[in-house]
Amino acid sequence: MSLETFRQETREWLAQNCPPAMRKPSRGEPDICWGGRNWKFESDDQKIWLERMAARGWTVPMWPKEYGGGGLSREEEKILREEMRAIGARSPLESFGIWMLGPALLQFGNEAQKKEHLPKIARGEIRWCQGYSEPGAGSDLASLQTKAEDKGDHFLVNGQKIWTSYADKADWIFCLVRTDPAAPKHNGISFVLFDMATPGVSTKPILLISGKSPFCETFFDNVKVPKENLVGNLNEGWTIAKYLLTHERASIGAGGSLAGLRSLPAAAIKAVGRDQNGRLADPFIRNDIIRAEIDGYALLATVERYKAEAKAGQGVGSKSAILKYAGTELNKRRYETFMTIAGSDGLEWESERSEDGTLAREWLRTKANSIEGGTSEVMLGIVAKQILKLPGA
Amino acid sequence: MIALDEDRIMLRDSAREYLTDKSPVSELRRLRDTRDKDGFNRDLWRGMKDMGWTGILIDEANGGSDFGHVGMALVCEEMGRTLAASPFLSTAVMAATALRRGGSEEQKKKWLPAISEAKAIIALAVDEGRKHNPEGTALKAEMSGNAFRLNGDKTFVVDGHVADQIIVAARTEGEPGKKEGISLFLIDAKSPGISIERVVGVDSRNNARIKFENVHAAGTDALGEVGKGYALLENTLNAGRAGISAEMLGVAGESFDRTLAYLKERKQFGKFIGEFQALQHRAAHLFGELELLRSLVLSACVALDKNPAAAGLSVSAAKFKAAEVVKLAVSEAVQMFGGMGMTDEVDIGLFMKRARATQEFLGDAGFHADRFALAQKF
Repeated sequence: MSLETFRQETREWLAQNCPPAMRKPSRGEPDICWGGRNWKFESDDQKIWLERMAARGWTVPMWPKEYGGGGLSREEEKILREEMRAIGARSPLESFGIWMLGPALLQFGNEAQKKEHLPKIARGEIRWCQGYSEPGAGSDLASLQTKAEDKGDHFLVNGQKIWTSYADKADWIFCLVRTDPAAPKHNGISFVLFDMATPGVSTKPILLISGKSPFCETFFDNVKVPKENLVGNLNEGWTIAKYLLTHERASIGAGGSLAGLRSLPAAAIKAVGRDQNGRLADPFIRNDIIRAEIDGYALLATVERYKAEAKAGQGVGSKSAILKYAGTELNKRRYETFMTIAGSDGLEWESERSEDGTLAREWLRTKANSIEGGTSEVMLGIVAKQILKLPGA
Repeated sequence: MIALDEDRIMLRDSAREYLTDKSPVSELRRLRDTRDKDGFNRDLWRGMKDMGWTGILIDEANGGSDFGHVGMALVCEEMGRTLAASPFLSTAVMAATALRRGGSEEQKKKWLPAISEAKAIIALAVDEGRKHNPEGTALKAEMSGNAFRLNGDKTFVVDGHVADQIIVAARTEGEPGKKEGISLFLIDAKSPGISIERVVGVDSRNNARIKFENVHAAGTDALGEVGKGYALLENTLNAGRAGISAEMLGVAGESFDRTLAYLKERKQFGKFIGEFQALQHRAAHLFGELELLRSLVLSACVALDKNPAAAGLSVSAAKFKAAEVVKLAVSEAVQMFGGMGMTDEVDIGLFMKRARATQEFLGDAGFHADRFALAQKF
């Protein structure tokens, strides 16, 4: 099928199948569909939209069809995104399964694991969380201590994870565990999957400065994990962990380049207006916005350039650390500017006007951007060591 | 966005090899120390013709290689890396663009092949005050009969001291500050009434202050439509701005590479100074900034190749970022080279001087920040 035909057909299908309510601008978190065993759809339309998209494999457009994907090429996927954007269609499903575990299983999983888990992710039936950080293993992730002992047909898992996003709402976890305490720290780690309903798993939400609790502490007390849930080889989990971190960093970074739901120029014009020459009336804010917008442009162009270079076989590798660093630092700057624009309105925490402090809470949330998935300092260290080859880095 | 294809990678590699061989930084020192009368090497300029660079933006019918702005940028970047002095930007980029997009058939036939052949140097005279401000053009061109009489002063005319021809932005009507009423003329640099003062810059590169006193320009000397030259001037300047941004990427990139090498070789406190995290993180940050700049320069050139009239926004984004990044790169370089960075013996100072001049040329960061914002309606 030619790309033009694909575009035409996609446009027609979306016009007929995307419920009108799913074309309204998303309010962010409250309108995201995460799926999972216990998911409560906010509306019938949200449910219908997910089912229709999942039936075509378009919740994961580029995954192979046999695993519930759409089997689309990169070009077709781009067209799908463009056509969805053109009618303001919301994403039918978001999840760590789509962003993280799916790509890892496609790369490292065996056939049985792919067949078991990928279709459920694509259909939004199972919601995943990520068990990486521990209280004593943050930036130094490879020093993690949660242990998995070999008990013949299963591993016995004991330990604690922290910053587990939505662990209290997730059905399954993909988790880094230590399977060889004697080996050098990178060589004794394995990557396992297990059901959060397994006896011995418990979670406790962490209250953050934003007043919200997207993260949890997660405890494992003699949790039995079947051997077939080991992904990749025993003690080679760090390879998968690194692959996923690289993946995660690229997407966190790219997030900073998206105008997202909020546009700085639009917010500023609304708040302070323009002078008679059409310039934003507050020159100090205007300056900040120009810098942020140009850096946003630069970041987007860099994401696109890396994609094109990767496709052309010109290695990109550790450069995702740059996207993570630049993107998250930019996002923090943008939100500082949003707060400056909003002035005292932005400080409202409990009011209808502010939708219960949405902006202030988002602003506070951005402070985690440069910590999660590897701090800015860790990213700079990666660049110094792996790209610049500086001594002792 | 694109990745460089094989042809372009080959162009970049051959440019690097050629310039490293024929015009290393020591060549700029030689020009400076011998007080060269031209401030550049004419053999190098002819060599650039043999490499196909002089015609890089000129169509094949007029002797060019028509390699586009992406190709142009690759060459400019390498010129930045060796601080190569030549009339490339004034003549092969800006004059070629003005003539190709605005010239009469006669002007094109006469001058485009001459540029391709490296037989003509053509400078663009636009600035009049200490800051780049094309809309503020005040130099007067009064119509008398079928001809014009030019009066006024131009400054910071790059390569004006060696130009055979000058493209001059003049006001045929209206007040300075207005886009309407600006006209371009292509006139012989030896025309009566033109006086040229060579200025040697901080970067050992040359420009000129040019006085126009009752200079005669025939009606056929007008480049593009009289009174409506602003769009053509913008297109011309944008090509130049993309070119200088690419050169700035080269200046910044080379000073970074030299600094990085120094971090791995200089020892203090019994360690390589590159082992200190305080310096590692600054180096890594700078590397990230260079990557962002590279994307903006490439995206500006892709935009120029696609539709020059719509490229202003991306060009200004690139030139703004180039100014910020080149400033950071050379400042960090001098600081990390320590005392050695302050000496004339080490090349880093030459990069810093060139960086300063390129920041100013064709609009500084503030100029392009404002343009970027206005294009986005804020």
